[in-house]
Amino acid sequence: MFKTFAKAIQSLSVALLMGLPMASSAQQLSENASIVVESPWARASLGMSRPGGAYLTVRNEGSEPISLIGLRAEISGMASIHETRTNSDGVSIMAPADNIVIPPGGMFALEPGGYHAMLMQLQSPLVEGETFPLTLLFSDRTELEITVPVLGIGARGPEG
Amino acid sequence: MMRVAKIAAIGATAVFAALFVGWWQVDGPGADSAPGKRSLPLTAMEFSLTDQDGRDVGPETLIGEPSLVFFGFTYCPDVCPTTLSDISGWLDEIGPDAEDLNTVFITVDPDRDTVETMAEYVSYFHPQIQGWTGLPDQIAAIADSFRATYEKVEGENGEYTMNHTAGVFLFDATGRFVTTIDYHEPREFAVPKIRRAMQNRTERAES
Ligand SMILES: [Cu+2]
Repeated sequence: MFKTFAKAIQSLSVALLMGLPMASSAQQLSENASIVVESPWARASLGMSRPGGAYLTVRNEGSEPISLIGLRAEISGMASIHETRTNSDGVSIMAPADNIVIPPGGMFALEPGGYHAMLMQLQSPLVEGETFPLTLLFSDRTELEITVPVLGIGARGPEG
Repeated sequence: MMRVAKIAAIGATAVFAALFVGWWQVDGPGADSAPGKRSLPLTAMEFSLTDQDGRDVGPETLIGEPSLVFFGFTYCPDVCPTTLSDISGWLDEIGPDAEDLNTVFITVDPDRDTVETMAEYVSYFHPQIQGWTGLPDQIAAIADSFRATYEKVEGENGEYTMNHTAGVFLFDATGRFVTTIDYHEPREFAVPKIRRAMQNRTERAES
């Protein structure tokens, strides 16, 4: 039943066919172009036993609010959005993020120390220089598949 | 009556001002860290851990040079690699002066973070960053001395993560605790703080 929505993006298959990692700054759009994902990147993982982390920015160019409700990725047995918070004692706490609503014209960033795509149960390691597909699930049933380039473990942002 | 009221008002203002200054320095933005939460000096600590090369290390390993220490774990997908990257950037910015700065990442997850794991993990960051692990009671001892906390949080599928103090602790060459660099603190603040901790040593050497 997801098939109807799964063809949302073509740029990924083009990139894969050409065997080229897409530039991390590339925009990746939903079919009706109302959702734009920018600057996706992930850190290389140390093997498969540790969870991977990925980051990106979502812009809502539509006229209705949308909610980012989840993630799906073949590379991860359990992909979800997490938030890291630092409490008043300076203790950092990681927890699943709830209800991320992006207003029309608004944007939402997953970035280090804030929100991240938590890729648990890695099915294969995240290798620097490679890419993997990640599907973003939205409340309006849009499923947007994007291509995430894997940067080094020590990367600080989409530019490395 | 008017005079009494005026004096009372001035008095009250003074009291509030004093309270405000006190708050600012102790609890407020002027505080170095929360009251009662300051790390002990390294000279008052007792712990025995193992570095990434399998060597025994303790407080004496750090005393004599300024030190930058923080807690984390290698299964941490976000805050720990980000902090290690930040520290690598600070060290790059400080340049050759940072060569004598002890820079240590201490795991709060010794069950999973073995010596070999720590060695591999730190190898991806600035070459000066060391990775220490040890017996759970020794990790508890050092965290306690730092007034740092950590806690195991069980997930849904038998996995677990660790909540932990995320700041970076700075000590001068004598082992005195100088300050912390909070997570998210901009580099414009972090690097001068490190230089300040390093400065204390220069002053001591000159005196
Ligand atoms: Cu997470």
